[in-house]
Amino acid sequence: MRLIATFCLFIFPVHALAQDVPVTSTLLDNGLQVVVIEDNRAPIVTHMVWYKVGSADEPRGKSGIAHYLEHLMFKGTDTRDVGEFSDIIAANGGSENAFTSFDYTGYFQRIASDRLALMMELEADRMANLNIPDSEFAPELGVVLAERNQRTDSNPGALLNEQRRAVEFLNHPYGIPIVGWRKEIEGLTPEDVMSFYRDHYAPNNAILIVAGNVTPEDVVSLAKEHYGPIPANPEITERVRPAEPPQRAPMQIHYRDERFTTPYLIRSYPAPVRMAGDQRDAAVAVMLAEILGGTGVTSVLGEKLILEQDIAVGSSAWTWDESYDPQRFGLYVAAKPDVPLDMVNTALTEAINAFIEDGVDPNHLDRIKAQIRADVVYALDSQNGLARSFGSALTAGLTVQDVLEWPDILQSVTGEEIVAMAERLFDPVQSVTSYALPPETN
Amino acid sequence: MRHLLIVLSLFMALPATAQTDVKTVTSEGGITAWVVEEPYIPFIAIDIAFRGGNALDNEDKYGAVEFMVSMLEEGTGDLDAVAFSNEQKRLGARFGFGSNRDSVEISAQVLNENRTESLDLLRRAIVEPRFDEVAFARVKGQLESSFRSDLEDPGTIAGATMNMLAFPKHPYGEPLEGRLAQLQALTADDLRTAHKNALAKDRLLISIVGDITEQEVGPLLDTLFADLPEAGAPLPPEADYRLEGGKTVVEIDNPQSIALFMHEGIAFDDPDFFPAFVMNYVLGGGGLTSRLSTEIREKRGLTYGVGSYLASYDLADVYAGQVASANEDIAQAIELVKSEWARMADGGLTEDELQAAQRYITGSYPLRFDGNGRIAGVLTGMQLNELPISYIQTRNERVNAVTLDDVGRVAAKLLQPENLHFVVVGDPIGLSTQ
Repeated sequence: MRLIATFCLFIFPVHALAQDVPVTSTLLDNGLQVVVIEDNRAPIVTHMVWYKVGSADEPRGKSGIAHYLEHLMFKGTDTRDVGEFSDIIAANGGSENAFTSFDYTGYFQRIASDRLALMMELEADRMANLNIPDSEFAPELGVVLAERNQRTDSNPGALLNEQRRAVEFLNHPYGIPIVGWRKEIEGLTPEDVMSFYRDHYAPNNAILIVAGNVTPEDVVSLAKEHYGPIPANPEITERVRPAEPPQRAPMQIHYRDERFTTPYLIRSYPAPVRMAGDQRDAAVAVMLAEILGGTGVTSVLGEKLILEQDIAVGSSAWTWDESYDPQRFGLYVAAKPDVPLDMVNTALTEAINAFIEDGVDPNHLDRIKAQIRADVVYALDSQNGLARSFGSALTAGLTVQDVLEWPDILQSVTGEEIVAMAERLFDPVQSVTSYALPPETN
Repeated sequence: MRHLLIVLSLFMALPATAQTDVKTVTSEGGITAWVVEEPYIPFIAIDIAFRGGNALDNEDKYGAVEFMVSMLEEGTGDLDAVAFSNEQKRLGARFGFGSNRDSVEISAQVLNENRTESLDLLRRAIVEPRFDEVAFARVKGQLESSFRSDLEDPGTIAGATMNMLAFPKHPYGEPLEGRLAQLQALTADDLRTAHKNALAKDRLLISIVGDITEQEVGPLLDTLFADLPEAGAPLPPEADYRLEGGKTVVEIDNPQSIALFMHEGIAFDDPDFFPAFVMNYVLGGGGLTSRLSTEIREKRGLTYGVGSYLASYDLADVYAGQVASANEDIAQAIELVKSEWARMADGGLTEDELQAAQRYITGSYPLRFDGNGRIAGVLTGMQLNELPISYIQTRNERVNAVTLDDVGRVAAKLLQPENLHFVVVGDPIGLSTQ
């Protein structure tokens, strides 16, 4: 079997798309970028608006505001009542949702393609005319707090991740949870939300992505009609977040909770990030993560720690290649019962050192490349997945061209580059090692 | 994320689209598959189900089927686990192996360029797994680790508690307690028995969607499955529903409580199923627009997610739902579930609600037609429910044929607020077992 479900939280898929994805990009006069992906297999369309604003763009002390606003975007406009947006979509047989991350906030609908104009009308309306009755703010804050309760506060792994990120980022807001710290969420006011909305929601800070059986001409023409009249916000400029200073000492967290029945550790280092026209370092890091922690026992860590030394039940590695500012490269190992994490941690270091010494097995690298080539084909099977791949890349500052070139860059990575990346990346001084442990027994 | 997708009943996930042209192909060896030709992308998706699943676990061998399924990708013939995984990667094939109470499910995506080789690897995994001692010991360690985490998970505790109370002495109701010891006692021979019991031709259902012609399918089916035994173990008897209305509280230290609620349901082949289905969309099946969500989430902010669903398992039918709230709010959330249950039982739907429900349920039907992999899964789901291919054409008509009177009659009969049993896991304030 592969990694057990609880451990899969840390695996990031490799987003790679075929060169021949039929995609076009057009910039409207008001700054709205319109991306169209043609998929003519069924009369279904995916309509998404991605705002280039996320939790990392929140004012200090107001964590959770981007996500709270995402919830409130369904609560009415100048001309539409609370819930009317969702009622109209449901009555037209559509499904919808929204999501918030560090770098973006996105809204999407999937619906019969002849309803595309209606979706644009609704989405353009709430881009410009959000108008929320006072009575809606308090209950929705309750919903957000309940969401935090459910997804974070009830889950020791999620709580550990929150503590870990706070340590990994000394100054950059990536160290603050997307959902927000509870105390700060509780203090968010309607004025906070509406000012965040006015500052960031505008066509020149958004990307419209439409995938489905549509033509770029039709989509651009509809977009001009519905989004075109919304004026750009001239105050919006390139995002500049507080910079991350160099980490000058290794750090360690020991998080204890009785629900950690299988102790594990996560060790992380600063990761290279994909930049427009310059994706090579990030691609090498992606391949390094695949080699070290890809598929269970066939990865370097799995082979050494699970098979040979028999001290671990699971292992993985990941890098966060798509991000506006750099994130972290992570290694994960879950210990076998009664094996101390210190021993696992030492074995992890030795495994990495041995890997750097031995180099990359060329057959292993070839197999990973074959799997990635196949994944590029399978990716075409999901309209929603394709649209999301472009949204997350473009809001991370990449271009359509970068997305299309990415698979070839991955294929061109060499074993020598991977080893050199490992030597550069795994600097003990810049590491953060987190232990998930049960309570100490006396 | 604005809302988590709550796992809906099997039947929400069933349909494909009126445009899907499904054919049946029967091989020379007598194996039948449902097939859709989709020539746009050079791969095929295969979705395989063996009816039976975890409910086939023998007495005191709980977990044997699940463990067996976990071992299918751990080596076959002369390939050990590492060699098998390497081979799969080299071919770029994706295999998924899983099981639930009613079936063992295997999905595969394979490229056209190496279809024969990829399917031979899949065949060997299904038909002749090794169950060798090294992989056996390793996977057992992983399953034990995973199981210990489950024992700490409020949702798992709630689900197992509810099933144990509802279906005592039936495989559906295996108590959480004792499962770990049974898992630890399993041997490789137990897995070989489970393999013979669960993977056989008499319970095999197959769907194939992608860039393949009908003519190519027959030989492929015989290659994949000819070596399976003809018959497996008999299915367990129907599970009698034994639970009465009330509350069961399982105390754990957590800032929120999760409540599952359930009473008896309705079979999918019951003539009243469609009115019940439309009714449930309005009550708790329709995401944020449902009555439960409106009252508990939108108006009062008591939860991030509440929903209800009609679940027709092979051996039992239940009407169930779930809500999670802060410990101080869960009692109020439960009262609201009960009052909405009663309001629907008494009054049924309004004309507007009925129309909105029918528009959504019928209009969203084609959205299931989203890629080869999903269509294959949908078709196998239909086969598991013994639906004909023509269901794809008739399903929306049956939804639209539901009248207000139908819903009122079915709601009054099906919804039994006094029989709802709530299993609450957390540290709820103002609730106790009764």
